Amino acid sequence: MNIKKFMRCSPLLLVLLVAAGSASAQANLEVNTPAIAALQASMQQRHAELAPLFGNGAVGLTRDGFVALRDANAVSLAQRPQVNALVAAENQDRAALYREIARANGKPEWENEIRNTFAQRWIDKAQGGWYYQNNAGAWTRK
Amino acid sequence: MRSLAARIALASVLLIEGCVTINIYFPAAAAEKAADKIIDEVWQLKNPEKSAVPPAK
Repeated sequence: MNIKKFMRCSPLLLVLLVAAGSASAQANLEVNTPAIAALQASMQQRHAELAPLFGNGAVGLTRDGFVALRDANAVSLAQRPQVNALVAAENQDRAALYREIARANGKPEWENEIRNTFAQRWIDKAQGGWYYQNNAGAWTRK
Repeated sequence: MRSLAARIALASVLLIEGCVTINIYFPAAAAEKAADKIIDEVWQLKNPEKSAVPPAK
């Protein structure tokens, strides 16, 4: 019988099993905390006001995971303070969100990488016509 | 033969340690999944009510 052959292969099998195990152990990041849920709800509510500003190009998605006033002329003079306040509040929530996710996973040092991951995903999921900063920092219409 | 088995065993130990080391690094795929989940909710990209409504006939 080729039991000898099996014995030789078994360490390899073990390696595969361990590799699979370690891959599944890190399959999820903890995001179900009250702090994260509160930030999410606040941002969801604000999005009703931000969506038209993304749509007309007044506000765009930055390459570092935040939002910015891109074209002040797309907003009437009277509306500008309100838009600025929206952008500031959104960025405050976003910064807190990235920090909270890192903290919830016991890895505050992951904050920047989490922010970069979000930056990419916000842009990937943005609607056509919205503006985002490309890797060179230039505003680009999706 | 024996030395080959020993070498494979050593290689597997190194690999296992490698797996442990990898866990210290940023879990990019898990972060992407978490980001997608949160963005979908903030931007209401997946509306469960929409899919729950049966097609009108």
